Amino acid sequence: MDLSPAVFRLLAPLPLAAVEGPARWALRAVLDRHPALLDRLGAHGEKRFAFLPDDLPFSFVVTPARRGLSVKRRGIARRADVEISGPFFLLLALLEGRIDGDAVFFSRQITVAGDTEAIVALRNAMDDSTLDLPTDLAAHAGPFAPLVRHGASAIRRRVLTPETR
Amino acid sequence: MELICPAGTPAAYREALEAGADAIYCGFADETNARNFPGLNFSRKEMAQAIELGRARGVRSFIAINTFMRAGDERIWYDAVDDAVALGADAVILADTGLMAYTAEKHPAQRLHVSVQAAASNPEAIAFLAEGFGAKRVVLPRVLTLDEVAALTRKSACETEVFVFGGLCVMAEGRCSLSSYATGKSPNMDGVCSPASHVRYRNDGDTLVSELGAYTINRFGPGEAAGYPTLCKGRFHIAEAEGYAFEDPVSLDILDQIDVLRAAGVKALKIEGRQRGKAYVAAVVSTIRKALAAPPQERAGLVASLRNLSEGQKTTSGAYEKRWR
Amino acid sequence: MSRSSTLVLGPVPYLWEGEAWRDFYFRIADEAPVDVVSLGETVCSKRLHFFDPHFDAVLERLEAAGKTVHLATLALITLERERRAQDKLLAREDRVFEVSDLSALHKLKGRPHTIGPLVNTYNAATARLYAARGAQSVCLPPELPMTSIARIAEDAPEVSFEVSAFGKVPLAISARCAHARAKGHTKDNCQFVCAEDPDGLPVETLDSQPFLALNGVQTVSHTCNVLMEELAALERHGVRRFRLSPQHCDMVGVAQIYRGVLDGTLAPDEGLARLREVYPGVPFSNGFIHGAVGAEWIDAA
Repeated sequence: MDLSPAVFRLLAPLPLAAVEGPARWALRAVLDRHPALLDRLGAHGEKRFAFLPDDLPFSFVVTPARRGLSVKRRGIARRADVEISGPFFLLLALLEGRIDGDAVFFSRQITVAGDTEAIVALRNAMDDSTLDLPTDLAAHAGPFAPLVRHGASAIRRRVLTPETR
Repeated sequence: MELICPAGTPAAYREALEAGADAIYCGFADETNARNFPGLNFSRKEMAQAIELGRARGVRSFIAINTFMRAGDERIWYDAVDDAVALGADAVILADTGLMAYTAEKHPAQRLHVSVQAAASNPEAIAFLAEGFGAKRVVLPRVLTLDEVAALTRKSACETEVFVFGGLCVMAEGRCSLSSYATGKSPNMDGVCSPASHVRYRNDGDTLVSELGAYTINRFGPGEAAGYPTLCKGRFHIAEAEGYAFEDPVSLDILDQIDVLRAAGVKALKIEGRQRGKAYVAAVVSTIRKALAAPPQERAGLVASLRNLSEGQKTTSGAYEKRWR
Repeated sequence: MSRSSTLVLGPVPYLWEGEAWRDFYFRIADEAPVDVVSLGETVCSKRLHFFDPHFDAVLERLEAAGKTVHLATLALITLERERRAQDKLLAREDRVFEVSDLSALHKLKGRPHTIGPLVNTYNAATARLYAARGAQSVCLPPELPMTSIARIAEDAPEVSFEVSAFGKVPLAISARCAHARAKGHTKDNCQFVCAEDPDGLPVETLDSQPFLALNGVQTVSHTCNVLMEELAALERHGVRRFRLSPQHCDMVGVAQIYRGVLDGTLAPDEGLARLREVYPGVPFSNGFIHGAVGAEWIDAA
């Protein structure tokens, strides 16, 4: 399920802005479509959640209530209340609630550090939000909606195992 | 037998509904229920919508108000019961006898179930609750063997409901202060056990260390299946040896004993897991629903797939099997 | 203040075999300034036969010494054998029983009894419910903070309340015997190994921090709950009964210290210093009453 090292090498030289722009756009798309997510997060929405995909050369720090997202290169120090690491597409599947967070944690596929209460709140908020990234992102893509939906679905089909699809 | 399924969020409620629940239990988003976790549970509005959704499909909704009223703040618990009744809960699941007395007096027509947290482990305790407060059903504590469940069900003054799958309390429920001893937060008063606010995971090289408050609860070597730092499933040092003093990080699974429970007259089978995600609820409920309909010899194969979703990826028949003790 | 508060000696939670158990109570009868003694086994039904032969002699000696004796019931009753044992105990007429499980409450309606610390009484509504059914006093659960105790006492002034002031805290009870398990036995064939640890078997974390202690099927704290500076405040809130739970130390000495502090003849800080001499080697805690982590010691002076 990990992205191939080739992808890692391909993405490594990208300027941060080229990653941060689309990522911020995606975050706003999701929050616009799922306002209840912030309700469930409550005060934890102000916390900084760092996502560290093992197989990407970047880390993402999200502050949900501020709709904030910043991208750092792997290995560069970041300030965060919470750190969640694992394969990129596993993290995405977790965001969509397609797999059970506890199960992948117990099996050591993802690791977490920092404010455990915030992690639990995020997990529960995401779990209730019925995120569907192809649909959510397409809804935010205006005239490019069909393209985004098609692209995102294709990526998901490629990477998700049958059980998690 | 009825299948009683957990829902920590409206999304999980919908999954349980689709997967074949007979009844779904949930709680309000505050300290009135024993799964008072961050980001979990139902607002009054969400609860109303869930109950309506269930009713349209003939599925009942039970509301767990199963912590003990904090002195001086009893109103929060009374309001929870009043609102549950007003919203049309098919049953309220209660643990505090003071709250049961209030409910029986104020809402005599409301169906009252006794929570596992009330620790009714024998016929006399059940009689006390059934006669005193009109309890119609008691959820049995996970301290009984199957034989004891059967004997107790025969002598019980009301229906019995039994946990068959999910998290396992090693200690008699509702009588455990281990969590508050280590963190100041208790299942009975705060609705949390080993609360996330006091949990820390730390990597010590390749070893994952879990801590609760000031205490190390476990160390997991590389590749070893991990667990949540629930106190009673921690690894400790006793009498020159290291090990799981109370229980391994495992889940309860007695699905191979369904026929025994049915023959004993048990009215309902309960799945634990309001704190688990909707993917878990969907998988567990649909699999158990299938297993209930399947011939006994096919059940083991059906439920084997659930093991990967379990804490520690292992299951036990717990106290239901006498040797466990 | 009118008459000084009542001192209650709780049941011995550990397995102290036959004669040791008897001699402990004989000395309590002869020397300890306690008013009430709650006698009996609350933890494990398998232990009953150890002190059965001495039970009546102890009862007589305590009563002859002017102590009020209550008979404590089992906390966790699941087996037929345990139900029968409770029935046999409750068949004793003219006795006051200390209730440790709802089953005894059911059986004792209309008969004199007290509510022990192992029954969940978290608010005045529950306390009043039990008092209305005949409970003469209610010992509140060890994890309750002072704020709750004060509120309960205020809202149910007609009820006599008791608070645990000394002893390792009973934290949990299980169908499984972790104590036997730790020594390689099952509960059914436990060989009464819990008798080897008259003050509980220590449980440490993997980092060697002392944490808990095993007492058969019960888990107790490693620390000893000690309320000393807090006694006056509790009395002001209307609590007039204080429970001392036996530890493997000089409990006569412990009772004398508490008697002195409650009577005003011993300052709380002196009482505390003397208590550390009587029960050395075990850290004290009072976190629960201060609404903090139960294991903590909060300097209340």
